[in-house]
Amino acid sequence: MTARLTQWLAGLAVGAALAISPAQAERLIVSVSNHRVTVTPNYSGDELVLFGSVEKDANTPPNRSYDLVVTVAGPRADMVTRRKERRFGIWINTDSRQFLNVPTYLALFSNRPFDAIASPEVLRRQQIGLNNVLLTQRVGPDYADVVPDDAFRSAFVRLRKQHGLYREETSAVTFLTPTLFRTSIPLPAEVPIGTYNVEIKLFADGALVTKTDTAFEIVKVGFEQFVANTARQNGFVYGLATAFMALMTGWMASIVFRKD
Amino acid sequence: MQLYLPIADIPVNVFLILAMGAAVGFVSGMFGIGGGFLMTPLLIFVGIAPAVAVASVASHIAASSFSGALSYWRRRAIDPVLAVVLLSGGTIGTALGVWTFTLLRSLGQLDLMIATSYVILLTTVGGLMFWEGLRALLRARRGGAATVRRPGSHGWIHGLPLKMRFKRSKIYLSVIPVIVIGLVIGFIGAVMGIGGGFILVPLLIYVLRVPTSTVIGTSMVLTLVTMVFATMLHAVTNHLVDAVLALILMVGGVTGAQFGARAGQKIRGEHLRLLLGLLVLAVGIRFAVELVIRPEDLFTVRETGITG
Repeated sequence: MTARLTQWLAGLAVGAALAISPAQAERLIVSVSNHRVTVTPNYSGDELVLFGSVEKDANTPPNRSYDLVVTVAGPRADMVTRRKERRFGIWINTDSRQFLNVPTYLALFSNRPFDAIASPEVLRRQQIGLNNVLLTQRVGPDYADVVPDDAFRSAFVRLRKQHGLYREETSAVTFLTPTLFRTSIPLPAEVPIGTYNVEIKLFADGALVTKTDTAFEIVKVGFEQFVANTARQNGFVYGLATAFMALMTGWMASIVFRKD
Repeated sequence: MQLYLPIADIPVNVFLILAMGAAVGFVSGMFGIGGGFLMTPLLIFVGIAPAVAVASVASHIAASSFSGALSYWRRRAIDPVLAVVLLSGGTIGTALGVWTFTLLRSLGQLDLMIATSYVILLTTVGGLMFWEGLRALLRARRGGAATVRRPGSHGWIHGLPLKMRFKRSKIYLSVIPVIVIGLVIGFIGAVMGIGGGFILVPLLIYVLRVPTSTVIGTSMVLTLVTMVFATMLHAVTNHLVDAVLALILMVGGVTGAQFGARAGQKIRGEHLRLLLGLLVLAVGIRFAVELVIRPEDLFTVRETGITG
């Protein structure tokens, strides 16, 4: 576990070194269609578009073909995955794993299959693919990620995928010209509120050339925000108001439906 | 029509929620029960987080039972003295229940505890009610005098001290069993997150021999007070009451409850008990089946806290 973490850190260092190396002079310029997604009463999911271009300069080798991987990570949270087992004839939760500080939404998009973009080694270092993303688990007193085919890890990823909250699409990024690209970021209705980080990595000939990042946020506004804030900050008043609302509704109904 | 719920954080179909509220409201008005044991599973089924469902249903039940209680009050079908005595036990029971709930949660396996107590409680109570209703029905069909209150069959409960006259119900009874029943219902309600009307009604009928004319209205008063209390408690401690969800449920619920109450007046007592027994039994069996049958997915994921 520790070995893997060190490896990952080393990968990060190499990646950073590559990005600033003067020989690789591409630059990424990106933007998302909307930096602030607002949740209103009729909100039922959204779709953002990320577009950008690869800027070259004099040092860039000509006729290079590029690959692109976009990682969108939502606000982080602790989650627990439980497994049911049959005990005394009934199915009960017996074993569980806690996932610490993992993204509530995670999407990986690329222009072609990950294994065609770079070697497994590079993919792992760059955390590309749901199998390679670091998902920290609490295993007893240790904190570590486990092998991708671990039962709890794969069940966790599978269940998040079923809800559209984790996704991996290897043909979602399209190059409009050899240097101009776009991809759409689908946000299902139940995506969590918060800040989303978008990381864009450019590959050429199986190696990371450069990367950049951007972000967008999903926020509640107006009525939704008012209700959510009141519930959190003034629980007592909120409860009182809800109880009063319940009594009023009940009273109104008995007046409306009075039959004498 | 889709509407985004501010606390549950998902969009729902307003008409679906309205219809669910109305259906449960109808049942609750008819039998004089809160209907929480029906509403909460339905909400979880449409994708609302269990904690939000339980918290919001409390206020929905408060609204339903208030509108029901008002119409029973006008028909003089509530025994205020009996309600007050029951409540005095109920409040203590609720406090004890909340304390036990916290204790059980710290020990883990709370979900299993709740599921098994649902199964045990619902199947026993439902089975007993169904059986009783069936017997009463058969007796009536054979031409025998149906539910006569035989003077000799009062038993030890009627031998207890501290007797009190409950005028509206026309019973003369010790306050001890009344307080104990209130306490038990308050306790069960707080631990299992239900109003407890479906247990209270048969207890009042069979143990205290409260006449059917006042039993439903009086049990509604108890449900109303405990659910208002529960709403406040959930709002203050967990911040999980979704007022928008609650309002939709309430509007559907109170409408349904009015029609349910009217339908309930038209049905004979034995039939009503038989039907309620069947319903409670069915829900209990459904929970039991869920525990016994191999789940479609052995794994579940639950969020335990936002870390930033």
